[in-house]
Amino acid sequence: MSNNPSTPAPTSSGDSFFSAIWRRLKSWEGLLLVILLAIFAINSSLAPGYLTIGNQINLFILSIEKVIIALTMTFLIINGEIDLSAPSILGLAACVTAALYRGGMDFGLAVVIALGAGLVCGAFNGFWIARVGLNSLVVTLSTLIAYRGLARAIVEDASIGKFPDWFNTLGQKNLIGPFPLALIIFFVMYVVAVIILQYSGFGRQVYVIGNSKDAARYSGVKVRRVKFILYLASGLVSALAGVLLAARLGAVRGDIGYGYELDIITMVLLGGVSIFGGSGTLYGVFLSILIILNIRNGMGLASLSGHFQTGVIGVLLILSVLGPNLFNQARASINRRRLRRAPPAHPVT
Amino acid sequence: MKTLVSRFRPEQIRLLFLIALMILMVVFFSIEIPGYFNARFVNRISTSVVVVAVLAVGQTLVFLTRNFDLSVGSIAGFTAYFVGQQMWWHKDWSPITAVLIALGIGIIAGSINGVLVAYGRVPSIITTIGTLAIFRSFLVEYSHAVPITTNNLPRWLVNLSSVVLLRIGEVQIRALFAIMIGVVIIFQLVLTFLPFGRRLYAIGSNPDAARIAGFPAQRMVFLAFLISGALAGLAGFLFIGRYGNVTVLAGIGLEFASIAAVVVGGVSNAGGSGTVVGAFLGALFLDLLENSLFRWQAVSEFWRDFILGMLILFAVALDNVVFGRLKNVWARAGLQMSTEESNEPEVASHVE
Repeated sequence: MSNNPSTPAPTSSGDSFFSAIWRRLKSWEGLLLVILLAIFAINSSLAPGYLTIGNQINLFILSIEKVIIALTMTFLIINGEIDLSAPSILGLAACVTAALYRGGMDFGLAVVIALGAGLVCGAFNGFWIARVGLNSLVVTLSTLIAYRGLARAIVEDASIGKFPDWFNTLGQKNLIGPFPLALIIFFVMYVVAVIILQYSGFGRQVYVIGNSKDAARYSGVKVRRVKFILYLASGLVSALAGVLLAARLGAVRGDIGYGYELDIITMVLLGGVSIFGGSGTLYGVFLSILIILNIRNGMGLASLSGHFQTGVIGVLLILSVLGPNLFNQARASINRRRLRRAPPAHPVT
Repeated sequence: MKTLVSRFRPEQIRLLFLIALMILMVVFFSIEIPGYFNARFVNRISTSVVVVAVLAVGQTLVFLTRNFDLSVGSIAGFTAYFVGQQMWWHKDWSPITAVLIALGIGIIAGSINGVLVAYGRVPSIITTIGTLAIFRSFLVEYSHAVPITTNNLPRWLVNLSSVVLLRIGEVQIRALFAIMIGVVIIFQLVLTFLPFGRRLYAIGSNPDAARIAGFPAQRMVFLAFLISGALAGLAGFLFIGRYGNVTVLAGIGLEFASIAAVVVGGVSNAGGSGTVVGAFLGALFLDLLENSLFRWQAVSEFWRDFILGMLILFAVALDNVVFGRLKNVWARAGLQMSTEESNEPEVASHVE
């Protein structure tokens, strides 16, 4: 557990610049970078002119909602928890917005209420998990079903569209340069998330709790409060993603965002975040987001169906946990053998 | 109090509570809806519960080892399609062959899950979210989106859902229901009497202790997933027997229904308690509720999933808070009975 490949290696002052880079490359992030370059190469050979900034931006835009939720999911999984209900909160927020607007409410107000609904959903999850102490898998699995059911109950089998022009423009047109609003929101959120998780005291607490809940509590970390805040954030961000998705698609149905949890969790785990909590970084998650977006795009170029792509993402999800497990097991057995063979260098007297 | 404690265990009280709730529900809806409770209603429930109940039995075994199996809906869907297709192509094959094919596919799928969880140490939730997607995409690719309809199937398979084995007045015991009851009884006996069943409980109650005691924990978890897969295959066979039509969407959401049944039936994911009979009663409860609510017409069927999700959550919460206390009362009473001289029995608290 201690020498996890995804923990960034501390660079001591004695190291040369290149050995620091080499150590980075040997880590999980380095592996991801190699995979990413390979995918770039394959896709470029499939479609000439593939590797442009414009295309990469386009890929982000087409999955921006999943990518945004992956940020809060990273916090939760590092914390040792999970939020399976995030895509359902996304769907619920989109449906609430659309239904209120259809009911004649001012659109801006409807969006605010939808975000509020996301907060309430997050608080509901957080209450059962942080306060009552139930298993987060069971709680968010049941709210995954319940929030989705609520979204369906609100819009039934209708498709609600005809949003105001400014909203559709915001979702579909570029705001600054080649970037639409959703992408700008993502980049701002990513920078903020990196600062909070990697450089702030709160971020340290998230890691500490993920490593050992008991140790964290005994050293005075307010475990329940941290968890509750994370679920609140997850609810709010998922709702924001729902509103953005509604703006991008221009219409809302009850099953909007159904099944997103597969891609989101894969993005986080492939990024080197341990499902057992306590390790992983947002840098790795960013690389794995790029990998998944480009893999999906490449499979699309090779004219493989969406269902086939989903299956491949499923394989990736399992491999991203199985790979490190096997690697650690192999290393442990090699170490054991080495210990058995060689007598200790400094015999203890 | 002592007689109560010695006569019933908390698990049994919980099941009695569930049965009482079902009776109350039937009484309530009988008053609300004219002509609600009759033989036809019993027949309808006994047919519609079979698929989820068989899945719930497999889910129970997996739950006892502190794992989830979210892939059962996809396994059942794929099996239903594959069996239907084979029976379409080979009209002369016997029903036994169909069941064997279904079990075989289920075993293959289940052992993939089992290897990954037990030997690859991939958490079950991750494994089965992955295989849920993989098996489903397998079905879509394999079927080329060609649905199977009753016109393609041999006659015996189409008529399977209306085969009546036994008639009690107007109440019919149908073949599908009999298969399901057989599965429930067999696995209840396995859990109660066979070493395999007892070990499953041991692993769920305390995985570390079970490992130290020398139980083959990995093999047990593997077998639990294998059996869950096999039963999902059987459920796929029951699915095509009951509906006769299979599309690429077959079985979507069954994983949630089976988990709901298991949780409402009192099987715990956090500590080796629960029975197969409980899971069956949970499935029956959900089916009864669903059938009744939508006939009542006070609730539209779009609320179904919301109710399902909330039921799971409240069942878990109730178990954790109320049932946890009950268990403490029992443990304390048990201690007092065994050691009358001890003044302050130490009872491990459930609250973290």
